[in-house]
Amino acid sequence: MSKYKVSLKINNLPVSVDEGTTILEAARQLNFKIPTLCHHDDLCVAGNCRVCVVEQEGSRALPAACATPVSEGMEIRTNSMKVRQARKNIIELLLSEHNADCTKCFKSGYCELQEAANEYRTGDHVYLDVRSQNEVDISSPSIEKDDSKCIRCQRCVRTCTQLQSVSALAVTHKGKDMKISTFLDKPMNDVVCTNCGQCINRCPTASLVERNYIDQVFDAIYDPKKFVVVQTAPATRVAISEEFGLGPNRSTGKLVSALRRLGFDKVLDTDFTADLTIMEEGTELLTRLKEALVDGKDVALPMMTSCSPGWIKFQEHIFPDMLDNLSTCKSPQQMFGPLAKTYYAEKINKNPAEMVVVSIMPCTAKKYEADRPEMRGSGYKDVDFVLTTRELGRMIHQAGIEFDKLDDEKYDSILGESTGAAVIFGATGGVMEAALRTAYEIVTGREVPFANLNIKPVRGMEGIKEAAVKIKDVKPEWSFLEGVELKTAIAHGLTNAKKLMEKVRDGSANYHFIEVMACPSGCIGGGGQPIPTNMEIRKKRAAAIYEEDEKMAVRKSHENPEITAIYESFLHNPGGHRSHDLLHTHYSPKKRY
Amino acid sequence: MDNKIKKVDLIFEKVDYLDILEKSFKRTQDEIILDVIDSGLRGRGGAGFPTGLKWKFAKNEEADQKYVICNADEGEPGTFKDREILTQSPEKVLAGMALCGMATGASKGYIYLRGEYNFLLPSLSATINKFHEDLKELNFDFTIEINSGSGAYVCGEETALMESMEGKRGEPRNKPPFPTSSGYLGKPTSINNVETLVFALMIAKEGPTKFKEMGTFDSRGSKVFSVSGDTPTAGIFELELGMSLENFVNEFGDGDTKAVQIGGAAGFCVSRKDFKDTVIGFEGIPTGGSMMLFNSTRSMFNILKDYLEFFEEESCGQCTPCRVGCQQLLKGIEAVKKGVKPPAYLDELQKLSETMKLASKCGLGQSAPNPFNSIINNFREEIIY
Ligand SMILES: Cc1cc2nc3c(=O)[nH]c(=O)nc-3n(C[C@H](O)[C@H](O)[C@H](O)COP(=O)(O)O)c2cc1C
Ligand code: SF4
Ligand code: SF4
Ligand code: SF4
Ligand code: SF4
Ligand code: FES
Repeated sequence: MSKYKVSLKINNLPVSVDEGTTILEAARQLNFKIPTLCHHDDLCVAGNCRVCVVEQEGSRALPAACATPVSEGMEIRTNSMKVRQARKNIIELLLSEHNADCTKCFKSGYCELQEAANEYRTGDHVYLDVRSQNEVDISSPSIEKDDSKCIRCQRCVRTCTQLQSVSALAVTHKGKDMKISTFLDKPMNDVVCTNCGQCINRCPTASLVERNYIDQVFDAIYDPKKFVVVQTAPATRVAISEEFGLGPNRSTGKLVSALRRLGFDKVLDTDFTADLTIMEEGTELLTRLKEALVDGKDVALPMMTSCSPGWIKFQEHIFPDMLDNLSTCKSPQQMFGPLAKTYYAEKINKNPAEMVVVSIMPCTAKKYEADRPEMRGSGYKDVDFVLTTRELGRMIHQAGIEFDKLDDEKYDSILGESTGAAVIFGATGGVMEAALRTAYEIVTGREVPFANLNIKPVRGMEGIKEAAVKIKDVKPEWSFLEGVELKTAIAHGLTNAKKLMEKVRDGSANYHFIEVMACPSGCIGGGGQPIPTNMEIRKKRAAAIYEEDEKMAVRKSHENPEITAIYESFLHNPGGHRSHDLLHTHYSPKKRY
Repeated sequence: MDNKIKKVDLIFEKVDYLDILEKSFKRTQDEIILDVIDSGLRGRGGAGFPTGLKWKFAKNEEADQKYVICNADEGEPGTFKDREILTQSPEKVLAGMALCGMATGASKGYIYLRGEYNFLLPSLSATINKFHEDLKELNFDFTIEINSGSGAYVCGEETALMESMEGKRGEPRNKPPFPTSSGYLGKPTSINNVETLVFALMIAKEGPTKFKEMGTFDSRGSKVFSVSGDTPTAGIFELELGMSLENFVNEFGDGDTKAVQIGGAAGFCVSRKDFKDTVIGFEGIPTGGSMMLFNSTRSMFNILKDYLEFFEEESCGQCTPCRVGCQQLLKGIEAVKKGVKPPAYLDELQKLSETMKLASKCGLGQSAPNPFNSIINNFREEIIY
């Protein structure tokens, strides 16, 4: 569509913007801030909270800036007497139905309602208390839902439907009883919710937050009988800085120092098991291809990645007929857990019963994953507690650690060594890139044919990406792959994943290998990452991830010396007996609501 | 101005609707629309938008598909005239829809029928079947379907109605875009009240002049009123617009009328002292048809409370000023009545109602304060004591 320019005035300043721009966007161009609550840059327009109302010359009613496109000659005032009065009243109304106990609220200091109230409010309650009573839903190990904190902005509903195609959350009832609910008002843990936490990332208040396990982790740290090890996911190291107002930044070294200062006995890295995942998953893919191409077996292809527990649960609910396509590999977090309590425990001479494994994850679904009954390969609960990047931020604040002043430190060894291939797991396309770097080299003996190992076609924020790699001049043992064009696809965000799955199911798309991450932009946009989130922030996190990769000495998983060591002394070979027991899992169909 | 009550018979008059359509079919779209514009017909569903203009907007849109919707949700308390029209003159409603289809270039029409009117379904369906046969003879491609409403008042709001037709929750949309550019299924849609469509048909039959000569400058023609409350003559009456409320009360009152609620729950309450100066019409107090008379035995507090309870429940709940505002107005008058809040709290609530009017997303929240303000202004003492 060709873009016409529209001229208007905002607070008497002229501005010219593209046709179709909203008043809100135009005001932002002039650096006028208009408060918003239901608006979110990632979501379609709702226009329901009404705090963004502005005055328009010639119109009696106050249009919502977020929902009204500009028109030629418009004159807008963003802060007139009429606007202020309406905005104040609207905020008062929201507070009159809100269980405002900020001093004990997890969201305090991060809450958009609180921010709006702080800006516009100076006194007692103007209106009557119309709060209603409800019980907090803590049925899910990942998500806490407290309707008494809900402002009905429907950001969660739009997230769950538009970005994730899950529709676990919906609006029910009307009038004063209108609320956000699940199918038949069932507990969150009994519905189709994938625990992806995307709704949490976009909830302006504390109505949806992660189940937090900060106290349990501090208790474990302070317990002299417990040996507490912590693992950190790839995406946390470029986002934790945001919890301290430093923006998305490479801060691996500071992250390690902070964890050590918090009192963890060993600071280890999920990136190590990300490298291990590449070995296991790469082998699984090559085995499946061999079975299909040489043995003529009816194996499930395309193979799909399994590192994203939100995606796994989605698949179990929505595409139960395609569970065989999922790689049997556990996620890197869940590979780490059993290895920590077997291989590592033995090496450092600890009783696994006294070990506590804590994960720092960009993800809320990993809390659920750690609770799955399958995840007890070590004989114990493999991962005891999963904290989000945000929870870790709280812990660091609570412990009085000044993050920005910390020196860089290194991970402990063993289970602390990793490669550039592992860190890019954090961005959409990263697992695919890491897998290709390794698989191509195993099969041909040469590096992937992309400049500086950077496989650009699998990078970027496009919803569904495709890449094909022609395999030539293979080693003799891989002759069946000679001339094969390895076809891959990458989806991030479950709406894109669903589109891709439908194409795979109806046969209109043919691939060998598919990477799916439940969250928009991959784990860097995970449901446990710092709030706020938007495309700009996620792009910065991704840039930091790729920078981290470039700075690593080793950038291919199979060249991680610790990986070689663990196969030599413990696992023997990828997909072997021990791997099977500790590192692989299975899936089961779930109900559709 | 002579503003005596004048009864009119356009809506229920028996006409040869096929003949009207056949003649209209020979004219251009612009000619049909110009007549409607010229007649001064404004929407009879409440908002009073000029009907010809609406049709013109829809006609000017380029689209592979356009729709006509007949709004028969009739949810406004005290309104029951659309039911009567659909019972007595259903074929005129269908013909009005077909006329709108001709004028705007739509080949598909829907009647959004209030859930409680489902008893009309069998007869209405039969009439539609026969109508489809008739249209075949005219060689005009236009079909009509009935969509049964889901029972919420807000679904009468045109965009909520379309959401509901699309199988979604009946929540009003942001406007713009307006239905004439993006309506049902995102296609240009002309949505009109039952009565509006019949008037449009009558204008096509008689030409614009006869209609235009009735009523006032702002309120041309006649209107079907639903008269209820403390009246010896409750029922449906087609009257010329622009009469004074005093004349209306003289005709329909029981001799002890203390107030009239014009326009249903979303309308305005006029007290006896203002009957003389109140014109019923767009220049005065408009109504979708509802006229409720109250005599001196009625408690205005109870009446207001009823209306506010209605809005507290019937708000779709999506936007803040309406969802919470309606609750606050209701709880607020109760608190003042009980002495929990001082009488001055009513002033605070009137400021709130201004915010509701200015900032609510749709007509429901924008008009819910109407009965509140008009009753507080006229009967403050009845609310406090
Ligand atoms: C809450 C609400 C309820 C409404 N209910 C009805 C209704 O029942 N019937 C109707 O014709 N219009 C109703 N309207 C008005 C419609 O939105 C719309 O203006 C009308 O259908 C247009 O037709 P008209 O121009 O012929 O009046 C309602 C509006 C609101 C805000
Ligand atoms: S959600 Fe926000 S406003 Fe509500 S109690 Fe928590 S911090 Fe305060
Ligand atoms: S966690 Fe994800 S799937 Fe569950 S309700 Fe939130 S957005 Fe939907
Ligand atoms: S739960 Fe949060 S995001 Fe959802 S409607 Fe309530 S406040 Fe908005
Ligand atoms: S004004 Fe009321 S009915 Fe209309 S959108 Fe807002 S809450 Fe819904
Ligand atoms: S931010 Fe515009 S209406 Fe909510």
